[in-house]
Amino acid sequence: MIRIQARTEPSSLMKVASPLLAILLTLIFGGILFSAIGKSPSQALHVLLIAPLADSYNIGEMFVKMGPLLLCAVGLSLCYRANMWNIGAEGQLLAGALGGSAMALYFIDSDSALALPITLLAGIASGMIWAAVPTFLKLRFNSNLILTTIMFNYIALYLLIWAVHGPLRDPQGFGFPESAMFTDATLLPTLFENSRIHLGIVFAILSGIIGWFILSKTHLGFQIRVFGADEPAARYAGFNSKKLSWFVMLFAGSLAGLAGVSETIGPIGQLVPNVSPGYGYSAIIVAYLGRLHPLGAIIAAVFMAVIYMGGDLAQIEMGIPVAVVSMFQGILLFFLLACDFFINNRLSFSNQATN
Amino acid sequence: MKLKSLLVSLGLLAGAAAVQAEEPLKVGFIYVGPVGDLGWSYEHDMGRKGLEEYFGDKVKTTFVENVPEGADAERVITQLAKAGNDLIFTTSFGFMNPTVKVAKRFPNVKFEHATGYKLDKNLGTYVLRTYEGRYISGVAAGMMTKTNTIGYIGSFPIPEVIRDINAAYMGAKSVNPDVKMKIVWANTWYDPGKETDAANALMDQGVDVMLQHTDSPAPLIAAEKRGLRAIGQASDQSKFAPEAHIFSVRDDWTPYYVKRVQAVMDGTWKAQDFWGGFQDDMLTLASINPNLPADVRAKIDATHDAIKSGAFKPFTGPIKDNKGNIAVPADHSLTDVELAQVNWYVEGITDEIPR
Repeated sequence: MIRIQARTEPSSLMKVASPLLAILLTLIFGGILFSAIGKSPSQALHVLLIAPLADSYNIGEMFVKMGPLLLCAVGLSLCYRANMWNIGAEGQLLAGALGGSAMALYFIDSDSALALPITLLAGIASGMIWAAVPTFLKLRFNSNLILTTIMFNYIALYLLIWAVHGPLRDPQGFGFPESAMFTDATLLPTLFENSRIHLGIVFAILSGIIGWFILSKTHLGFQIRVFGADEPAARYAGFNSKKLSWFVMLFAGSLAGLAGVSETIGPIGQLVPNVSPGYGYSAIIVAYLGRLHPLGAIIAAVFMAVIYMGGDLAQIEMGIPVAVVSMFQGILLFFLLACDFFINNRLSFSNQATN
Repeated sequence: MKLKSLLVSLGLLAGAAAVQAEEPLKVGFIYVGPVGDLGWSYEHDMGRKGLEEYFGDKVKTTFVENVPEGADAERVITQLAKAGNDLIFTTSFGFMNPTVKVAKRFPNVKFEHATGYKLDKNLGTYVLRTYEGRYISGVAAGMMTKTNTIGYIGSFPIPEVIRDINAAYMGAKSVNPDVKMKIVWANTWYDPGKETDAANALMDQGVDVMLQHTDSPAPLIAAEKRGLRAIGQASDQSKFAPEAHIFSVRDDWTPYYVKRVQAVMDGTWKAQDFWGGFQDDMLTLASINPNLPADVRAKIDATHDAIKSGAFKPFTGPIKDNKGNIAVPADHSLTDVELAQVNWYVEGITDEIPR
């Protein structure tokens, strides 16, 4: 008889062994999956996991892909640590993209040095506003934050689609739903020749470090951690839960907003209806893969970026259908999160019947 | 098993080496949807398969499906170019600016972008004269409607869709002076749920024949349930609605892809803005339902033949817009450049284009 038992202490062995176990299981099941469709498992795993980092162009693109995931995930990590179940990074990202793009279009004929910082601030502010409304509704009316943030994702998406079909549409664009291309004054500078790595990636990595600093080195971070671990204790200690909730939500909103504006004035260079392929949702996975630790989020974001890019490369190099690639990604993420279960739980084997 | 897969890989390598000796032309495709959408991306993939069938070992095709029209597109197109593809087809409007950027960086690779309007030395565009099929659909709908009310499910209010709405209405009006048209915007290219809602909304308003500018068979299925009629879009959708289906206007990209690949092989490829319709065999009427009355069938065939032979062009003046202005003067047929800019409804459509 096998039973699941909660551990009294988190297992320090499993903390290290869990990801290794997960990768081993993924290699086995992934190998079976690829063999089943007649592809070489070793080649498939190489293309999916190694090739995305094989040359300088791909490494650059990995950073481009990582940026928005990381910005969103750092904010979410802090929210979840404080028991604020913010599912709204996607909406906050889209709001940032919309607000930032509106500002970038305002500066379309400008060469002012202030154009870029003001555009970035517009994106950040838009993301914060988008996080502020559900926060207010929760704190004032005790509404369910999960539901309101999800709904705000849809509102942001439709607002963006409306804007790109209407007021922000390129007047010379034959009616297609896209804004004009932004001018250089509002585009994020790229850091290397022949690469799309832009200033936004620096912001993203900094956000991980700042998030870690806040959480680990400040009194505010201490309060967040206590609040998440034991809410009654935090209240007994007199921590102001409203202040903490506002802080983590606005922090997350500002980072997601920055992610959104950085996509539009970075690699895309205009506002399009599909700014985000779901970065705000994927960032939830990134946050948990990083075990809600901002520095862990950096590693997790790199990892997610690699498997997304590997998915495209697997189609190009080996003709593996996207459905199989998605199954592989699902297997991998499932094992990674499932194995973490054994940090706090264990299986007990016994022949005795329970009494 | 390992030895076996090694042997298989060796065999593949040997096979690859043999093919390499003949230097096949490498052709890449990027699709916005999954190849299983049974609509737009599916038909492009049928075109790719047609290309392989026609040229055999002389071409090697690669495709990447389900690529979002955001920052990812530029990376995937670049990776296709880096993988040594000589000719790359980017098959959705949202890939336009990424294709322009990549084309600049790979001057020796040839690019073709579907439905866009930006050209370069190594970047051509191609688009279907879908309005031709839409005119015939209008003729059929105008004859089949008993309520004198036909419906149109719009995707996005871009010139292609506005143009097709006009063509459909003119076709219907030519056989039924009392016909009215109701338009619902689904704001998507492919979303079975939303398309079903749009179809039901139209049928609730008395529409008994539906045309759709979205790609899923959902509206046909909805029409079948109510015993009403509908026309298939992009691919042969007859099997989804055996009774309701009038015919499908099928996109056939194979003739174009074959022609362009041949041009690259012959060294005669030049960037161009190409429009293809019935005359080029890029549009066909698929599965005309045997349950249609004989006079309807005869009219469909006659209209089809007139368009295919070039004897009839739908956008030939005099045509007034629905504000009373002359949109096309007498004895003039809209040129391709003018067709690309249609942003008015034809006289008789009692609706406004969403702005």
